[in-house]
Amino acid sequence: MAAPEGLDPKQAHIVAQWPHDRPLNASRFDPLGRYVFCGSEDALVERYQLADGARTLLSGGHATWVRALAFSQDGAYVISGGHDGKLTWWETAAEAPQPVRTIEAHKGWVQALAVSPDGALLASAGNDNLVRLWNVSDGALVRELPGHASHVYSVAFHPQGAFLLTGDLMGVIKQWDVASGKATRTFDAAPLHTYEGGQQVHFGGVRALAVSPDGKWLAGGGLYKATNPLGAVHEPLVLLFDWESQKLERQHIAEGITQGVVWSLAWLGDGSLMGLSGGGSGGFLLFWKPDAEKDYHRFGLPNLARDMGLHPEGLQVATAHYDRHVRITRLAAKVA
Amino acid sequence: MNVNYACRSAEHGMARRQFLGAMAATGAGVLSSGLGVFARPAVAEQLASQQKRIVVFNMHGGLSQLESWDPKPGAPTGGPFLAIPTSVPGIQICELLPRTAQQMHHLCLVRGVNTSEDDHGKGAYMMMTGRRQTPAADYPQIGAVAAKTLTPETSALPGHIIITPGGGGGRGNDAAYLGPKYSSVQLGNGNPPQNTVRPESLSESSDSARQGFRQRLNERFLNRRRTAVTEAYTYSYEQAQQLMRQREIFDVAKEPEKDFERYGKHDLGRHCVLARRLLEHGITFVQVSHSNYDTHNENFHFHIEQLGEFDQAFSSFIQDLADRGMLDSTLVVVLSEFGRTPNINQYYGRDHWSRAWSVCLAGCRIPRGAAFGKTNADGTAVEEGQVDHGNLFHTYLQAAGVDSSGSFDIDGRDTPIADPSSHAVTDLLA
Repeated sequence: MAAPEGLDPKQAHIVAQWPHDRPLNASRFDPLGRYVFCGSEDALVERYQLADGARTLLSGGHATWVRALAFSQDGAYVISGGHDGKLTWWETAAEAPQPVRTIEAHKGWVQALAVSPDGALLASAGNDNLVRLWNVSDGALVRELPGHASHVYSVAFHPQGAFLLTGDLMGVIKQWDVASGKATRTFDAAPLHTYEGGQQVHFGGVRALAVSPDGKWLAGGGLYKATNPLGAVHEPLVLLFDWESQKLERQHIAEGITQGVVWSLAWLGDGSLMGLSGGGSGGFLLFWKPDAEKDYHRFGLPNLARDMGLHPEGLQVATAHYDRHVRITRLAAKVA
Repeated sequence: MNVNYACRSAEHGMARRQFLGAMAATGAGVLSSGLGVFARPAVAEQLASQQKRIVVFNMHGGLSQLESWDPKPGAPTGGPFLAIPTSVPGIQICELLPRTAQQMHHLCLVRGVNTSEDDHGKGAYMMMTGRRQTPAADYPQIGAVAAKTLTPETSALPGHIIITPGGGGGRGNDAAYLGPKYSSVQLGNGNPPQNTVRPESLSESSDSARQGFRQRLNERFLNRRRTAVTEAYTYSYEQAQQLMRQREIFDVAKEPEKDFERYGKHDLGRHCVLARRLLEHGITFVQVSHSNYDTHNENFHFHIEQLGEFDQAFSSFIQDLADRGMLDSTLVVVLSEFGRTPNINQYYGRDHWSRAWSVCLAGCRIPRGAAFGKTNADGTAVEEGQVDHGNLFHTYLQAAGVDSSGSFDIDGRDTPIADPSSHAVTDLLA
């Protein structure tokens, strides 16, 4: 994966922001880069046209909040996952998209979605402690992957397609063989989990997963220093594992971001790892190099953000914000 | 000093008469000889059949009414959870309580609670005492009031038990002017009361001789100077002895293993089985605390976690009380210090909110399968049936058969049992 021309996280700047009626939970670009789709604190999916911000509301697919988004490889369909446990397929570019297909995917929330590199499979992770694989083409259940002992928060395919990675509340990352459905390895992400005895709560978990395009690194994001989980006292943390040896190579931190949690991760074309963190003083895009513990750059967003998607050309980031806006940040110098 | 027998409830009157009758039947000096005589099955059964009990589930930190008893799905404040039907047509509760929903025909939801106090300590005080905290006075908690008004004088066991989530134990400082006799015995993490095992260095025969000597001295003294103070002293001593003899009552391991499966293999499940056991053995008041609901951060994740435990344990508890015929004599209260904000903050949290929240009741005179009070569409205000802590406190006592408008005689002064400026909610009393 070559770095796109002009990529320079230190030159990041917001190029657009568009409103919605409720706080946003999720944001993703479609594979052809025409739209930003969002999920929010209502039962809608929002589509924003990247060229002009024109908003289209997609209704009828969910009974409550929309949490996760994914796309068919050709960009023809967007698939939304909701807190109602449902997956809904929509035509991405239809003038007024209607639900094409809705399936009962999980008992409890759908927490995360990912599509396999070959475009054939959709993986969903849920609060029923299950991971399920579906045919993208017709929504048929292909395989169920039981084995997690707590809510499954994150899912990502290895770029070569043979393996699936899933992370849960207790800080367990499982590696699954996609062909057989067998769990083959476990990465220990326990630093991302906290049990606070005084408050008697489990907290944290693997909120985000990303495998580097060259397959060398597995990154798992979340939080640590959770001295007061119920009061949002914690800081963002990313664990960087060597894929082959499973060795925890590095713990990426971002000092000074109290109340921070890494909600999303993406690898950039220059080999940087980008993380989205919320925090008491707003939202942040954080940038790390694999050989350094601390972020080499952070871009402050005007409001706390909860999710991000990287544009297929690798230069723009869509972030979903609590203040009812989706924002587009360009990771390059401003155009004169 | 007058003896504190001012409670005029019918149950207490019966217990007092029964107590005096038993004294007459067994001869003078019975008190000095110990309370064991009253533990005879016939007496105990008669007392038990008429005794009312109270159990309080304290959802520590502030349970969200929107994620429990008063869901608002679809509203901007509603959160991600759906409402589900219950065993009572027309009443829906949050999907996080599917098993409790099947017990709704035993329950009564109070959806119009407005206590106007968003501080943890002050809110808890109000909900437990029925009054606002002031520097001028301290008031007994509901457990102490229940212990004094509902516990038969002949009871050999403490009337006020609090099962705490953590360790520790000892006695609470929660009886105010009712005195330490009615303060709580705290069972840290459901363990038996502290200091109730005879020291290994003291042999059974030595202990028995020691007790006999004490009783002879008591008899000699009481023949000449019988006062309320000496009576209370003797009572406390004998109660401690009985507590040591009946320590097994606090041993939850005596309950069937299948019950722990039903209630859930977690602390709350075990504590609820213990609460049932204590109530069945005649303990007047039991409080079970579940921690923690103070969810300023990730309210929804934490309510999944906490209410998953609560739903299983509480629904099993209610089912058992109903099946065993105990609901007619046991008042069940599920309360917090306040509810949580309808507004969802940036951390997916909800903050403190006391202006429109909910309490769940069951048993005794409380109507079954009912919802009283109503909040507006987004849950920010009470529209109908507004009640506060004072109303609820009166209602708890009235439901359990205590005349809450009555008074205690505290050192010769009439002291209202509940806030005299407030009153019970008659619609909540069948």
